This record gives sequence, C-alpha cells and structure tokens, in this order.
Amino acid sequence: MDLASRLRAGDAAALARAITLVENSDAGARRLLSELYPHTGRARVIGITGPPGVGKSTLTDQLAVEFRSEGGLVGVVAVDPTSPFTGGAILGDRVRMTRGAGDPGVFIRSLATRGQLGGLSRATGDVIKLMDAGGRDVILVETVGAGQAEIDIMHYAHSTLVVVAPGLGDEIQAIKAGIMEIGHVFVVNKADRDGADRTAAELEMMLEMAPDRDPGAWRPPVIRTVARDGSGVSEVRRQADAHWAYLKREGGLEEGRRRRAASELAAMAGSLAERHLLEWARISGAWNRVLDQVTERQVDPYGGAEVLFREYREAALLSRTPGNAGGREEL
Amino acid sequence: MGKIIRVLVAKPGLDSHDRGAKVVARAYRDAGMEVIYTGLHQTPEQVAEAVVQEDADVLAISILSGAHEVLVPRMVELLRRRGRGDVLVLVGGVVPDDDVPALLQAGVARVFGPGSRLDEIVEFTRRAVEGSG
Amino acid sequence: MSEDPGKTGRRDAFITVSGQAIERLYGPADTAGLEYQRDLGDPGDFPYTRGIQPSMYRGRLWTMRQFAGFGTAEESNARYRFLLEQGQTGLSVAFDFPTLLGYDSDHPRSEGEVGKLGVAIDTLADMEILFDGIPLDRVSTSMTINAPAAVLWAMYVVVAEKQGVSRTQITGTIQNDILKEYMAQKTFVFPPRPSMRLVTDTFAFGAREAPRWNTISISGYHIREAGATAAQELAFTLASGREYVRAGIEAGLQVDDFAPRLSFFFNSHVDFFEELAKFRAARRIWAREMRDRFGATSPRSWMLRFHTQTAGCSLTAQQPENNIVRTALQALAAVLGGTQSLHTNSMDEALALPSEEAVRIALRTQQMIAEESGVANTVDPLGGSYFVEALTNQLEEQAYAYFDRIDRLGGVVAAIEKGFFQREIADSAYRYQRRVESGELVVVGVNRYAGGQSSPVKLLRVGPESQRRQLDRLARTKRERDRRAVADALDRLRAAAGGGDNLMYPILDAVRAYASLGEIMAVLREEFGEYREEAIF
Ligand SMILES: Nc1nc2c(ncn2[C@@H]2O[C@H](COP(=O)(O)OP(=O)(O)O)[C@@H](O)[C@H]2O)c(=O)[nH]1
Ligand SMILES: [Mg+2]
Repeated sequence: MDLASRLRAGDAAALARAITLVENSDAGARRLLSELYPHTGRARVIGITGPPGVGKSTLTDQLAVEFRSEGGLVGVVAVDPTSPFTGGAILGDRVRMTRGAGDPGVFIRSLATRGQLGGLSRATGDVIKLMDAGGRDVILVETVGAGQAEIDIMHYAHSTLVVVAPGLGDEIQAIKAGIMEIGHVFVVNKADRDGADRTAAELEMMLEMAPDRDPGAWRPPVIRTVARDGSGVSEVRRQADAHWAYLKREGGLEEGRRRRAASELAAMAGSLAERHLLEWARISGAWNRVLDQVTERQVDPYGGAEVLFREYREAALLSRTPGNAGGREEL
Repeated sequence: MGKIIRVLVAKPGLDSHDRGAKVVARAYRDAGMEVIYTGLHQTPEQVAEAVVQEDADVLAISILSGAHEVLVPRMVELLRRRGRGDVLVLVGGVVPDDDVPALLQAGVARVFGPGSRLDEIVEFTRRAVEGSG
Repeated sequence: MSEDPGKTGRRDAFITVSGQAIERLYGPADTAGLEYQRDLGDPGDFPYTRGIQPSMYRGRLWTMRQFAGFGTAEESNARYRFLLEQGQTGLSVAFDFPTLLGYDSDHPRSEGEVGKLGVAIDTLADMEILFDGIPLDRVSTSMTINAPAAVLWAMYVVVAEKQGVSRTQITGTIQNDILKEYMAQKTFVFPPRPSMRLVTDTFAFGAREAPRWNTISISGYHIREAGATAAQELAFTLASGREYVRAGIEAGLQVDDFAPRLSFFFNSHVDFFEELAKFRAARRIWAREMRDRFGATSPRSWMLRFHTQTAGCSLTAQQPENNIVRTALQALAAVLGGTQSLHTNSMDEALALPSEEAVRIALRTQQMIAEESGVANTVDPLGGSYFVEALTNQLEEQAYAYFDRIDRLGGVVAAIEKGFFQREIADSAYRYQRRVESGELVVVGVNRYAGGQSSPVKLLRVGPESQRRQLDRLARTKRERDRRAVADALDRLRAAAGGGDNLMYPILDAVRAYASLGEIMAVLREEFGEYREEAIF
C-alpha cells in the first residue's frame, strides 16, 4: 500500500512519516496533500494557547483523555520553539502528556517552529490536514506560548482556548493586548494557587468591556481548572462542545470553513504569484534594471514594483498567444 | 528546506539520573537537530510508541540502572514490529563491556560509555543517519 | 615575558572545577575583614567555621561508613558483616530503584531492576534478614531513602523492637530529603506539599520517640552529581535546610526540638581547596541562619553536622586505578573540612557495583588518612590560611546571593515549580562537559595522559537468581501473612492520609502486619497523587 492509503487506514507510522515529508517540504509532500485533501474537513480542531508555563501541555493531555473517553481518535500537535542560533530544538511537551501517551488512540506529534513566527510551525495547517485524513476526530493544537503574536491559531482552529494562570501579572496585560479577541473559552489553570479568583475576575471584566456583541452571539466563558489533577477539565470540554454546537447552529461552521479556505487560498495564491513574479523579473533582467533605479532614487520602491508588475503582466499575456502555448503552463 | 534530524532521547526504566540525557539533548540541539524528550521512567512500550509518532530518525537511550539487558532489546523488538526497524538506536550510560556485544547483537548501533565525547556522539549520529539516506 | 607575575603561567586562566577563577597569590588583604571570634571562632564555638567540636578527631575519628547494598537482603547482610569485620563503624544501606520509588519487586515496572544497584526491600521480612545478626543498639545505620523514607524507617524501628532494642536507643539516619529530589536526583513520588508533610511527620515522630535518630540528611551530594558547582551545591542544600526548618516550625514543632537532628550530606569533588572551603562556609552559614533567623537557642541546633561522599561523577571508567588516588585526595579534603562521617568511593564504581577488593581499598584509604598521615592530630590545620579563608568567604557570599534569588522566587518549593534549580544545574552540567571537551579542565586518563593499558577490573554482577529469590520470598510473605490485618492497617493509613494525623503510626502498624512497601506507597499515591518532572534543559 502506498503512503496515502496506509495513512487513511489509520497507520500511525504512515501518518508520522507523512508529517515528516510535509515538515521538510519534501518533493512528494505536495502530491500527497492534494491526494488527501478530499478526505479532510471532518475533524474538529481546537487550539490551546497562552503564555509559557501556564499548563497548556498538561491541560492538552487531560483533554485528550476526555475526548478519548468518547471513543474518538485524538491527534495532538505540540509546538515548541526552534533555537534561532543553532536551528535545533528541544521539544519537551511530551513530558507532560503521559496520560495520553500510553494510548495509541492519542497520536502526539511535537513540531519545532523552524523559524516561523506566530506560535506555530509553518507546517501546522498541513499537519492538521494529515491527521484529519488519518481519521483523527479531534485535533488539539498547543501553540508555543511566546506571548502576543499567537494569533495564527485562529486560522486553523474551530475553537480556541486561551489558558492563563494566577500570578502572571504583566502577562494578563499582554493577553489583553494580543489574544483576548481570539479566545472562545478562557481557562484559569492552577486554580489550586492563590489568586485564581482574582485572575478569573480580571478576565471576566475584560470580557465585559469587549465591544457590544449581537444578542445570541457566543459569550466566552471563564473556567477554573487544576490541570495537574484534572479538576475542571470536563467543564472545559463541555464549553468547547457548546462552542462547537454554537458554530453548527449559527452557521459559523460553514462560514468558518469558507473563511479558512479563503485565507488559505489567498495565502497560497499570494505566495505563488510572488514567486513567479520575482523569478520572471530575475530571469528577464527587469529586476536589476529597476533595482538600480530604486537604489539611485530615480523611482521609489512602490513605483518600481508597479513597473515590474506591469512588465510582467505584458510578458504573461504575450506568452498566452497561440503558438506559444505550453511554454510555462504552470502560470 | 533540507531534512532536519530528529532524535528521541529516552530514559526507560526506573533510574532517575538524567544528567547525561540532558547534556546529550543539548548537544544535539546545538548541532541543529530536533530533540524530543519524553521524560523519566518510560516503559519500553511508551518509548516505542513515541518513536513511531514522532517519526524519529534516532532513538538515544540513556540508562544507568543496569536494566539495559532487559529493556533495550525489548524496545528494539517493539520498533521492528511497528515497521521502524530502521531507527538508529544508541545507548549511553553505564554498560559493562561484557554486555556490549549482546546489545549490538540486538540491533543497537553503538554504545557510548562513561566519558564519551559529545562531539563524537553527535558526529556518529549525523554520519549514521545521513549515510543511511 | 610580562613583568606581572600574574600574567605568566601554563594557562590563560586558572579555574576550579566549578569554573571559579583563582588568583596567583592570596595575602592579608584578602582576609582583611575577617574577625576571628565573629567569623571563625575556636573549634566547638559559634559560628563553628573551624569545626563543631573542640577536640575533633583527637577525641574521636569520623565514622567510616561505606555505602553498600545489592541483590537480596541475604547478600547485603553478608556484605555488611564483612564491612563491620574490616573495621567499618557504621552501615549505609543502598536500596534498588524499585524500592526508592516505592514499587514492590513484583511490579511490572520493576522488571530488570530488582536488586541491581541496591538491595530490594519489599516487606518487613526482607528487613529482618538485612539486619540479621547485626546489633542495632550498637551499630548506627544510614539509609539512603527519600520518597518512601517513612516506610523504611518504620521497618527499621520494628526490626529493632524484635531484637529487643527500643526506639530511644537506635542511632542512624534516613536521608528523607525530598526537596533535592525535585532539584536534582529525581526519585520523587508525590508532589512537594504532601511530601513535606511526610517529612515533618518524621521530624515529629523522631523528636517524640527516637531522639538519637537523624530524621533527615539534607543532601548536596546529588545536586553536585547532577552537575552543579560547589557554590550551587552549598547554596541549594542550605536553602533546603532553611525550608525544612520553616516547615517544622509551621507544623507546630519547637525549633530546638528537631533542629539538632538535622544532618547534612555533601559531595567532595576534585578541587581540593574549593571543597574544604565549602565545608567550612556551610558550618558558618548554618550557625548564623539557625541562631539569627530562626532564633534557635541550643548550640546543638546551630551545629552543622555532615556526612561526606567522594564524588562519584569524578570517577573515570578509563584507567580505573587512578580513581583510588582521586578518591584519596577528595577524602583528605573532607577530613580537613571537618566531616563527621565519610564514604570513599571504590575505583570501579563508575562501572558497576563495587567488588569486595575495591571496597577494601577504599576503606583502607580512610584508615591511612586517619592513622598514618597525621592530619587528624590537630583541629582545622588550614584555618587562617589566606587562600582558604578567602575562598570560604567567597563561597559564603555566593550562597547568600542564591538565597536572595530563591527568596525572590517565593521560596524553595516555588523555585522548584518554576524549574529554577533544574535550569541552574543543567547549565552548569553542560558548561562542565564543554570545558572538559575543550581541554580547559583536565581529567587525567581521559582528556590528558590517556595512553597506556589499564588492567581489567573485576566487576560484581547481580544475576537473575537474586531477583527470582526475592520474588519467591515476596510471594511467600504475602501468602502467609494475616490478610485481614493488612487490609485494616492500610485502611487506617488511608484515613490518616486524608486527615492530618502523624502518618508514622499507621505506617508502623501496616509494616508490622507485613504490608509491603508497594502496598503502602500505593495507598499514599492514591491519596497524594504523583509528581511529574519539569522538562528543563
Ligand atoms: N499548581 C499547578 N501546577 C500545574 C497545574 N497544571 C500544570 N501545572 C504545572 O505547571 C508547569 C508547566 O506545565 P506545562 O503543561 O508544561 O505548561 P505549558 O508550558 O503551558 O505547556 C508544570 O510543572 C506543571 O506540572 C495546575 O493545575 N496546578
Ligand atoms: Mg507546553
């Protein structure tokens, strides 16, 4: 059996290998992904974000066990940072994921950011698709937790849990500035510690101050948990389920599907266009010519870009004329 | 982007001396590899499952409890059964010379005893992984 | 060549094994602030920098205590008798990994580990054999046990009772230092809070019932073995000490009731002067902390008494005979630093369990230091040395700097939960390894003078028969004991764990009924939960 069929049949080693291919931008990855694409879109994706050390991994592990108890298969994507100096990484989230780790029904994959900003690995979206095609019903994505820029998760997840812990002080401010808007469920973990009530109250207040919502709109709840011993975790799952039901009921699921497809399509189209434009410019010599002009202050960068684009479009139109077909059909 | 070597550093068994495992993990990271650390007291089954899921190229086992005779061959066997007999298996820690042949026989690529140099471990790993393509 | 004599030398920089820079020369300026009465004091006087007794080794030599234990209780018992015959004056019990983590020998996780690096103890039956023929009123016993310390101590108490020796007579130590487990050694079972309760329960029991027993041995040894520097070993150990004192006071004990039973355990590493300065600094810091911070009034609370083990991590697998000399130098530093008891490593300990011959040489090393070298003839012969006093001051300063950082993090437990110690130690371990590999630190026989043959060392092995015999005995004990009594005792233990009573009493009852270590710990695991390590690199 080939890799795609093995993956679809639920073979963990095949899923694992497919993820590696995607992470390494292997030549076969594109084909594999397009082959599997029709079989994606089934899984429910939950993002788990928040500052480092608040208990995201511990909570993710507990949630994995919760969702497993209903019989479904669970996938976990845990992202840790790549060292900017060496390109290497130590991925330690599995240490906290011991309850799920014994169970083959929970597939855990640690990813390094590999230079990507925004709390996720560049491959995250594709890894989710692979797990989805591999039959994982619920996919939990734990972000790096580096702070403010962690909003990428909202492009991938149906529901996002924002996790905080008491005694973070400044970090609550960071959350207010950054990720407050993307949370569907707020979790105050380490509720066994002093100050959990205060942190929860602060969050409630921030949510109160959020711009007016439509009546009937989703109102993010604030839940206290002790992820280390599991208390409060089933309430988190219930609220995540409620958000899922809300999405279904209000058509948000459909809307979200289209929105995610649109943002992916836009991103792909954008990078494709960029790559081809720049490639053409270099090969045709337009790049150096315009770059000289910009360097010498004869034209500003924006004007220079317009020049490049106009010339590129003309060249592309020419290449479409009969007799020239098949030249660069990929365009 | 080229291939980045993924190493799973495992501490099976009950011994808790993780100094060696941690120093080696850092050395791998500083050599540009991705290291998955799974924590203390892992069973052979947990280690094998993690290697499969993480699609690790290398399983670096640190063991100082003297239980290597039992645990290491079991992990190698589990990997083989999961279709991952290709994983480069390394053992570090206190392994008496007399025990080394049996471990190599079981499928361990190399045993790094006390006093092994980090550079040597990293280089051996890189060459073995890249050599096997 | 430069005029400055400091600029000439074999190397660019002279550093200790901890990476501390050492000057070319020390003189009066380096000890200018030192006041004899305030900072040193005569031996036996506050702050005990020069030693805790006026006569030190002229009165009594240190206790020569070799750590030993392997296989079954029978095998270890034979080794103990051998050591006592050789002139050893105290026992030190090493347990196997399943015992250290509170699993019975028949637990699936124990496979391959039973009796491997220490003796396997499952029930009182094993403990009875372990001390068979050894008079517990005359031999002092140190047990290296932490998470299940209360259980093993209870077994010891009951074995003594069966020998007709009362609780008030027994002498010895349980390590019982759970904080350093989270920092470095990692053989924890429960989370910090219930662990601290078990510790204070043993303090209270000791103060009330077994006044000659050391209820804790606050241990820097393992912190050092995990890669810490001398300053970190000193600081983290004494910080733990302060935490235990606080916990005891919070549990309602009077500081002078339990503080005299706190003992310490340090490493003696390869840098001779740094080590002996560390021991001297430790005594001074502890005396001041106990008197001035905690208001202890009994001099016995102020005195830091400690056991030393030479550095296991300094032993090399290459040219193992070199380890004999290495260990002798480390032992000498411990003696000049005023240790109360000493374990000297055997040359083959880097490889496996020490053979009898290697253990004998290690013990003879101590005996030569004691009886031949003359260093035991006078107290603190190095006191007043410019270099030693400057280094002592420097280590003390570094320790206080760490105390400040730990306090700012919210104390030892909070700092553990934030991964502070783990990160500090991991950084030092990595730095050390890099220094050895770059040749900045020399390890003879490894990165310098590595040539030459070394004779193969005879190693002791624990065979599968030991494990088999242990499993048979456990099965027999479980068959023959009164099942009802076991179940009742475990129920009472569960109830006590849920409440606030001292757990030593229900544990004693359970042990007496031949409940196994694994069964007792399982009850506590259910009640207290289990701790996972911090993934710190
Ligand atoms: N006190 C307390 N500690 C917790 C709780 N949940 C997790 N922790 C601890 O917090 C630390 C960080 O947890 P982790 O899951 O790795 O956090 P992450 O960095 O956000 O993924 C670990 O030591 C956990 O054991 C909790 O509910 N209470
Ligand atoms: Mg995490």
